[in-house]
Amino acid sequence: MTARIGVVTFPGSLDDRDAQRAVRVSGAEPVALWHGDADLHGVDAVVLPGGFSYGDYLRCGAIARFAPVMQNVIDAAGDGLPVLGICNGFQILCESHLLPGALIRNDVRRFVCRDQWLRIENTDTAWTTQYATGQEILVPLKNGEGGYVADESTLDRLEGEGRVVARYLHDNPNGSYRDIAGISNERGNVVGLMPHPEHAVETLTGPTTDGLGFFASILHGLVSA
Amino acid sequence: MNLHTTDTVKHAESTPDVGQPYAELGLKGDEYARIREILGRRPTSAELAMYSVMWSEHCSYKSSKVHLRQFGDKVPAEAADVLLVGIGENAGVVDVGHGLAVTFKIESHNHPSYVEPYQGAATGVGGIVRDILSMGARPVAVMDPLRFGTADTADTMRVLPGVVAGIGGYGNCLGLPNIGGEVVFDESYNGNPLVNALCVGVMPHDRIQTAHASGVGNLVILFGARTGGDGIGGVSVLASETFDEGGPSKRPSVQVGDPFAEKVLIEACQELFAQRLVIGIQDLGGAGISCATSELASNGDGGMHVWLDRVPLRDHTLAPEEILMSESQERMCAVVEPTQLAGFLDVCEKWDVEATVIGEVIEGGRLTIDWHGERIVDVPPRTVAHEGPVYNRPMVRPADQDALQADEPTAQRLPRPATPAELRATVLTMAASPNLASKAWVTDQYDRYVLGNTVLAQPEDSGVVRIDEETGLGVAVSTDGNGRWCRLDPYLGAQLVLAEAYRNVATTGAKPLAVSDCLNFGSPEDPEVMWQFAEAVRGLADGCQELGTPVTGGNVSFYNQTGETAILPTPVVGVLGVIDDVERRTPMSFADDGDTILLVGDTSDEFGGSEWAHVVHGHLGGRPPKVDFARERQLAEILVAGSRDGMVSAAHDISTGGLVQTLIEMALRSSRGARVFLPDDIDPFVALFSESGGRVVVTVPRSEEVRFADMCIARHVPVTRIGVVDGSSLDVQSLFDIPLAELRMASEATIPQLFDHDATAPAS
Amino acid sequence: MARVVVDVMLKPEILDPQGQAVQGALARLGVSGVTSVRQGKRFEIDFDGAADEATVQEIASTLLANTVIEDFAVHIEDAG
Repeated sequence: MTARIGVVTFPGSLDDRDAQRAVRVSGAEPVALWHGDADLHGVDAVVLPGGFSYGDYLRCGAIARFAPVMQNVIDAAGDGLPVLGICNGFQILCESHLLPGALIRNDVRRFVCRDQWLRIENTDTAWTTQYATGQEILVPLKNGEGGYVADESTLDRLEGEGRVVARYLHDNPNGSYRDIAGISNERGNVVGLMPHPEHAVETLTGPTTDGLGFFASILHGLVSA
Repeated sequence: MNLHTTDTVKHAESTPDVGQPYAELGLKGDEYARIREILGRRPTSAELAMYSVMWSEHCSYKSSKVHLRQFGDKVPAEAADVLLVGIGENAGVVDVGHGLAVTFKIESHNHPSYVEPYQGAATGVGGIVRDILSMGARPVAVMDPLRFGTADTADTMRVLPGVVAGIGGYGNCLGLPNIGGEVVFDESYNGNPLVNALCVGVMPHDRIQTAHASGVGNLVILFGARTGGDGIGGVSVLASETFDEGGPSKRPSVQVGDPFAEKVLIEACQELFAQRLVIGIQDLGGAGISCATSELASNGDGGMHVWLDRVPLRDHTLAPEEILMSESQERMCAVVEPTQLAGFLDVCEKWDVEATVIGEVIEGGRLTIDWHGERIVDVPPRTVAHEGPVYNRPMVRPADQDALQADEPTAQRLPRPATPAELRATVLTMAASPNLASKAWVTDQYDRYVLGNTVLAQPEDSGVVRIDEETGLGVAVSTDGNGRWCRLDPYLGAQLVLAEAYRNVATTGAKPLAVSDCLNFGSPEDPEVMWQFAEAVRGLADGCQELGTPVTGGNVSFYNQTGETAILPTPVVGVLGVIDDVERRTPMSFADDGDTILLVGDTSDEFGGSEWAHVVHGHLGGRPPKVDFARERQLAEILVAGSRDGMVSAAHDISTGGLVQTLIEMALRSSRGARVFLPDDIDPFVALFSESGGRVVVTVPRSEEVRFADMCIARHVPVTRIGVVDGSSLDVQSLFDIPLAELRMASEATIPQLFDHDATAPAS
Repeated sequence: MARVVVDVMLKPEILDPQGQAVQGALARLGVSGVTSVRQGKRFEIDFDGAADEATVQEIASTLLANTVIEDFAVHIEDAG
């Protein structure tokens, strides 16, 4: 009996199939969730994938955040359900206030697609137990609105509580404060990540298979639960 | 509320002598007369609008038809099995095995991209994607060959960033990986950038759709975005003459795209196709509803009736003529059986796509359109969509063609670098020149990862995507163009461009199957341009026949010129190939130190229209390199076999910039150097920079060298060992040694320096 | 019929690269003396009855503006 990981499709979601593939490759069972269906179908974890939900109208993730499925995601997250927001998913998590801060336009004002080095700094979250603290991984990054911002006290708190999950190495691609690439909530079950681990699960199509760890962590979390 | 009187058919019948602005709409006197003859009366203003746009060069291909016929006449016999849908539909379709079919096409959106670079380029992507969608496919990748004026002019600096942002902005939001393309600079494109867009789609054989309306009683459904005043510009002259001072609000000439609307349209269409809810489907591109309805009706077996007032509008002040001509984006038109209507609407509702029944298939063979109960159009649809004027424009070989060809770039005329220091300096100058410099600044603005099936993307020789995860089946696509070669000899130039795209596909290990072309030329009213066009088409058609790859569709863009000066004749050729297992594809990156570097093919002193002549001497003259299709076929066989059998560790074809540029690109991509020893029977300058065709650099593990060489020898294709992968510099023995770092700086600094002037420094 | 206008601006401490781009463009156009440009959004909302102040505040703070990074100001143009 393997882990069932739900992947939500909003109108405009693009990396939902890729997230489903990553879940499958990691050995778990992907479950397609529809934005208009509030039911989470008993999944063990939820992924909010990358893309341009609602065309990024108003603000990225601002409209998706009110989708019927999201109220259940928010409630379940409160009860400890692991939730991973990738790129647009991260934006939705911030708009939903499941995570602090916000994502704004890249400082270079261009869409950036490249292979990005990250350092995994917190391996206690539901999504990062399969990494070693300080491990450096290479995964694709592709966004136009990926600059993570928050006020100083929030940033200090995130650092102080060890809630910076991943940090950009070598080169900050989008102006994110403190080079933050990903963060978690206090409990560690909700993680937002700008880069795309789901595109680093096969050497045929990605730079490495470094992204598998995110999905494998859920599997292991279940096994040892 | 507009107060004009609708110009109905009845009204037209009773007012035969009313003056009509046909000339302002671009129609000639004899064309207007012909319309009157076809209808037996004067056209209504709505009919006049339809004919004027559908008979325009852009929609009717009137100047090019007589020449393009050759693509259909010269379909290679061996291609017959593979071609599932040939020229004539929205896009061609080829069989790739495992019950799958692939459709692809390339189109232009040149003029709008000069006017409004972002939206022009964005809507160009949107348009070609819809063409592919209308064949019943899921679009899976895009590519964009781009040509701009001189790199450091203010105009190019205005246009290029906007075009790139537009392509990225639209394509990324659609979720289509951008897997290839080109960026080329030449002063001939000053004021006339060429923005060509290609899209590839995949579907199972039994889901191929075509644009035809059949079955009396079947419904015509308009779905997607609402209709507004986009792109109608010139047609407003009709509306304004029937309006009083209340007048319409300003009508934009530029179309504005909404990629999100197209994304949900794509998803809705996939479900419509899967559930077999659609009998015929057409996308709305140039000439909007007039085109969609007249084409669907012409290709069908009955007639069509349309209630134009049912078209959902964004702008309620639009006159019926304007609604017919509107080029609002993200709209499709489907023919659906009445029993399937509910299912169709359900799918659209799920995706929040607006869908409206605007017509039905009727008896007889006419297209009739009513506006609030009054008939404003009653025409035979074929005369609108397919039987437009056909011109046999005069052609004249340019007066300067002989002199141009005689002006060979000989050593006497154009001093060549000879000493090691001179050669070294030339290598760096060339590598840093805009056409050869790294385009990463451009291509990093495109998502190449989405859909998770991209196996090779720019700057590789061709873009390769996996189309079947179970079997590893994939397709490879490459686009190429060379305006300079075509100026020197359009027949040969077009063939060289075809050969190069064909070779690029084979280099990645894929078997070339089919061709799509985008023919960018100046004014067809200029006999010299028309000659160039005719020659290029003839060259391409003949070449396709020799290579066995049919032209499945394409696009013609005329009038790319400012004043009297036409652009260089620029046929752009896209070749699509198939690869059994994408795991076997051959990348361009040096794989391992110790691998043997081989030069396959013959090198001659051929610099006519070369990058070296252009960069160093600003020279364009002589004849282009020779083309040898038999050699290209053998080379392709070698490359595909070498890839399939795992003999080849890397390969990269030789094109602009010559052998040295190929080596530089392979080295920089891999961050591995090469120790190279040029063959001693050839002048070093020629060896390094000649642009002779039919050549590829291949690396093989030492253990495979003999096996690979045997394959070449068996086909009488010369193969020479020229070096070994090693070190961290490009070390051309006894000539020069350039560290990779220095090459990288030269290659990677140019484009950002030119175009990144707006970037702000990072925040923290 | 009431019209309500909501202006949304990034908070002063948030980086505004688009505003900076506009500032750069002004300089290139030869306009001098511009010390700052900030870019925001303006929403025009028409109601068929009167505009309820509390409703508008709710709309603005939960949807139109992301109060983590944006401030907003509401103007009733036509009370209806």
